[in-house]
Amino acid sequence: MSEGLQAANAPPCFLSKEQFAKLFKVLRALEYDVIGPTIDQEAIVYDRISSIDDLPRGWTDIQEPGKYRLEKRNDDALFGYVVGPHSWKQNLFPPVTTLSVADRTDEGWQFSEPEQDAPKFAFLGVRACELAALKIQDRVFLEGPYIDPQYQGRRNQALVIAVNCTQAASTCFCTSMKTGPRCKAGYDLALTELPEGFVVEVVTPQGEAVINALETQIATEENQNQAEAARQQAVDQITRTMDTTDIRDLLMSNLEHPQWDDVAERCLSCTNCTMVCPTCFCSSVEEVSDLTGDHVERERQWDSCFNVDFSYMNGGLVRNSIRNRYRQWMTHKLATWIDQFGTSGCVGCGRCITWCPVGIDLTQEVAAIREKQT
Amino acid sequence: MNSSCATGETSNAQPNPWVPQTARIREITPEVDNVATYHLTLVDPAAANAYHFQPGQFNMLYVPGAGESAISMSGDPDSPETLAHTIRLAGNVTKSISEMKVGDTLGLRGPFGTSWPLEACKGRDVILVAGGIGLPPLRPLIYRLLAERQQYGRLHLLYGARSPDMRLYTAERSLWSERGLELKETVDRSNPGWLGNVGVVPLLLERLESFEPKQTTMMICGPELMMRFTARTAMQRGMTAEQIWVSTERNMQCAVGLCGHCQLGPEFICKDGPIFRYDQISPYFKVEGL
Repeated sequence: MSEGLQAANAPPCFLSKEQFAKLFKVLRALEYDVIGPTIDQEAIVYDRISSIDDLPRGWTDIQEPGKYRLEKRNDDALFGYVVGPHSWKQNLFPPVTTLSVADRTDEGWQFSEPEQDAPKFAFLGVRACELAALKIQDRVFLEGPYIDPQYQGRRNQALVIAVNCTQAASTCFCTSMKTGPRCKAGYDLALTELPEGFVVEVVTPQGEAVINALETQIATEENQNQAEAARQQAVDQITRTMDTTDIRDLLMSNLEHPQWDDVAERCLSCTNCTMVCPTCFCSSVEEVSDLTGDHVERERQWDSCFNVDFSYMNGGLVRNSIRNRYRQWMTHKLATWIDQFGTSGCVGCGRCITWCPVGIDLTQEVAAIREKQT
Repeated sequence: MNSSCATGETSNAQPNPWVPQTARIREITPEVDNVATYHLTLVDPAAANAYHFQPGQFNMLYVPGAGESAISMSGDPDSPETLAHTIRLAGNVTKSISEMKVGDTLGLRGPFGTSWPLEACKGRDVILVAGGIGLPPLRPLIYRLLAERQQYGRLHLLYGARSPDMRLYTAERSLWSERGLELKETVDRSNPGWLGNVGVVPLLLERLESFEPKQTTMMICGPELMMRFTARTAMQRGMTAEQIWVSTERNMQCAVGLCGHCQLGPEFICKDGPIFRYDQISPYFKVEGL
């Protein structure tokens, strides 16, 4: 995976749906573990898939604050949905993983890395906002003074097959965060779905290796115009906005704004927003011991700044109210993330709005603070 | 942020920041009630050789089954073959350590974090202010200052403890005095026979004579409230926030800025701190529950 633009300056090609069906076999032959969209428990999730039949053909998602429903489409689109509760983060930064292993020997404790080979993933169906999220997590796990070896191993091998959005949900605001809906960088292949097939942009040698194993034609001008129109549809459907002007200073100079109390009245501190967020990276580590206590593993699990004991220190809690915890989450995501990583932590995917059980919408919370600055 | 004083990260970088080294307890020095100093040696000679730390940095000490705890180094940075950690029994991990004996092993990751900026002390008066268990993280700095005593002006240590019998390093502190560190102490509660000061640490600073604020650099380590009030007193006496450094504390779990727990505003206390210049961190100190 590289971020280079159109390396070979190759013109886009056209991949028929019949040929696309063979993509899975090609990826398997290249020893990729294919992760892509599929329906599970009435949601489109990302999971291991093995054929075109696993894709959510003919389904779409309807999203609003606190609402997610699948609905039948009136066509056979394979990627005719937006984003679901999952993100690729669960594959690169697994919800549960072993970090280190301790064994008691005659010479005392011995410590080692867990034995695990990084899986070689092919991500199929990565949206533009998700490409931005991958880039943000790269900054966190790969580009600071310390590197997370597990993330690195998985990320380096991953093949990214992006699929441009051709529709938007009511919760989408990627245009405000300047992350989408058009896939611009950070992928190996980018697809735009048309009724008969896909217009494919090939960027990297890894992407080229895949597409060369399939039969394609040079995309006609008509194909390309159709693809452009399909992508424009997504742009036109985006209604939600967030004004990000000076947002870092806006939030950090309003840390005592009454809106934090207002949102605390609604927020359940349930952690859903952080679990579905494609960039949230907080974790905690637990000791997992065998019965003898002579073999102990350190297990990392996703954590959330909404968990009560997240800020536990010296027998007390630093953030002992929902107000303080919501403020931490939102100021981190939209403001201090910029200090830390030179980018917002938000990509405008809208997951936190959709999956909030009470429908809290961070774009409205920001607007409320902006409207009445203290 | 403040990368100027972030030291020791690259020279000691492990290929995998999550995997500890085995450290053996060489010696245990009981200090006061529930506080003891553990002198550790890294078992792997190569790791022991490569290990260097700067005053103010910390290690993650690991007891398998109990977990990890962030502990500041309290020994001499110029003799890193034995790593001293002065530990107060406070939670699960420190309780497990308190039950260990000489020869036992535990895990160690580090050193982590920023250090006390010696360059900001050169040619100046230095006031060190410690509250309770805040003295151990300053001790490596004291060793450095005294080792190159002639490079500094007047050196003060203002030290506050809960009670006279909770004062740390009593015998050693008189050696420091002999070598040119002026010591003032106070306790929150006196004992029969105590003839010294009673009251909070900032009082020692208020009463400090022949104090030249423009000439002084201050390093503070103690409870957050104590550090705030000490810094306030210093500024009332004419110092600026840019002359003051503090050692901060939050819930540090990974020590490498990846787990998110120790954030205070934009700072990861573990990798951007724990030592901050006061003007950088004070805006966030003042916000309750941040």
